[in-house]
Amino acid sequence: MMRIRVQIVDPEAPLYSGEADAVFAPAELGEVGIMPRHAPLLTRLRAGEVRVRHDVGEESFFVTGGILEVQPFAVTVLADRAVRSAELDEEEARRARQRAEERLAQKAAELDIAHAEAELAEAVARLRAIERLRKIGVLK
Amino acid sequence: MAHAKEIRQQIRSVRSTQKITRAMEMVAASKIRRAQERLRRSAPYADGIEAVVRRLARVHPEFPHPFLVPRPVRSLGILVVSTDRGLCGGLNVNLFRLLLQEIRRARNENLPLSVGTFGNKAAVFVRRLRLDTLATASGIGDSPRLSNVIGPLKVMADAYREGRIDRLLLLGNRFVNTMVQQPVVNVLLPLHPSEEQELPAHWDYLYEPDGVRLIDTVLNRYLEARVYHALVENACCEQAARMVAMKSASENAAELINRLELAYNKARQAAITREISEIVAGAEAV
Repeated sequence: MMRIRVQIVDPEAPLYSGEADAVFAPAELGEVGIMPRHAPLLTRLRAGEVRVRHDVGEESFFVTGGILEVQPFAVTVLADRAVRSAELDEEEARRARQRAEERLAQKAAELDIAHAEAELAEAVARLRAIERLRKIGVLK
Repeated sequence: MAHAKEIRQQIRSVRSTQKITRAMEMVAASKIRRAQERLRRSAPYADGIEAVVRRLARVHPEFPHPFLVPRPVRSLGILVVSTDRGLCGGLNVNLFRLLLQEIRRARNENLPLSVGTFGNKAAVFVRRLRLDTLATASGIGDSPRLSNVIGPLKVMADAYREGRIDRLLLLGNRFVNTMVQQPVVNVLLPLHPSEEQELPAHWDYLYEPDGVRLIDTVLNRYLEARVYHALVENACCEQAARMVAMKSASENAAELINRLELAYNKARQAAITREISEIVAGAEAV
């Protein structure tokens, strides 16, 4: 069976490096699934889960955004920030969502609104990831 | 000859200074390891994004992104990466010497100059020179974060984009090894990804959603990664330089204590001799 080499890194540290059967990532235009021999692709990532499927199951990572680079047998996730999904903190995500919503409600300067929207999107993505992982029993 | 009591006091003060320098030496020695680890961990991202940028520049030589197109240089920007704190030997001094060279060159060519700084030391230095400072970041500490980079870099990159500067230099220290740190200057903008390896140019990425915004993001991330790397490397240099400086300070203190102790013993002996001769003289008089 053909495999792809997967690397997930953020500027401060590499997070994952290994072989996989398939990778799923939250591309800007929608979720993409990458199998071996995929055409070269460069796309931006939204906040969300990157899932790596291999022999022993599936590993999940959360990225706040970034760049996905695909070559036929190599996938590189250049995340803005990445953590293992198991380390996500629901309380913190809820607080972040609330903060962003409050700031949006105040209708501050235009720049702040863009910023708050990005934060809100990230917090929502976090919560969605947590919920999914809980459903499949990875998180308690 | 100085009084014995004064010398004793001096010895005590040198000794307490020595205690501090020793402690700082050991703290720096343990921090180096962590700083080097951080430097090592930042490499995969930097390598990854550089590979993408190099490929982009290669398959799209015609791509008109401002970051990739050199233009006649009529004004200069410099980003300086220094430490927040002193007591690290000649690290910052050497860096500023290089900075002064660049400033002098810009003045000779009549180029207006603006700077951005990381670290307190550089901020103070450029303020004294009355340079046009666009951005500063200080209080970065021992473990720089990417968030430290983004503000000042964005200001300088925007200045480049808007044509207020035509060339952006990055000044920082290169970590050669614990004993050697070297101030270096790199051209940050315009980007010219190194082309040492010949890549086959016959394939291209699919771009989603569109090439222009995507390439902009990639180039921005690349700049951030490079400046972040410079910050982390400088933190490494800082600890190494501090360790070496504090080591030699501790050794100097030990030497000074030796000399003072010698002087103290002489002074004490002289006092005893004098006392004895006074007593003897007194006894004879009776």
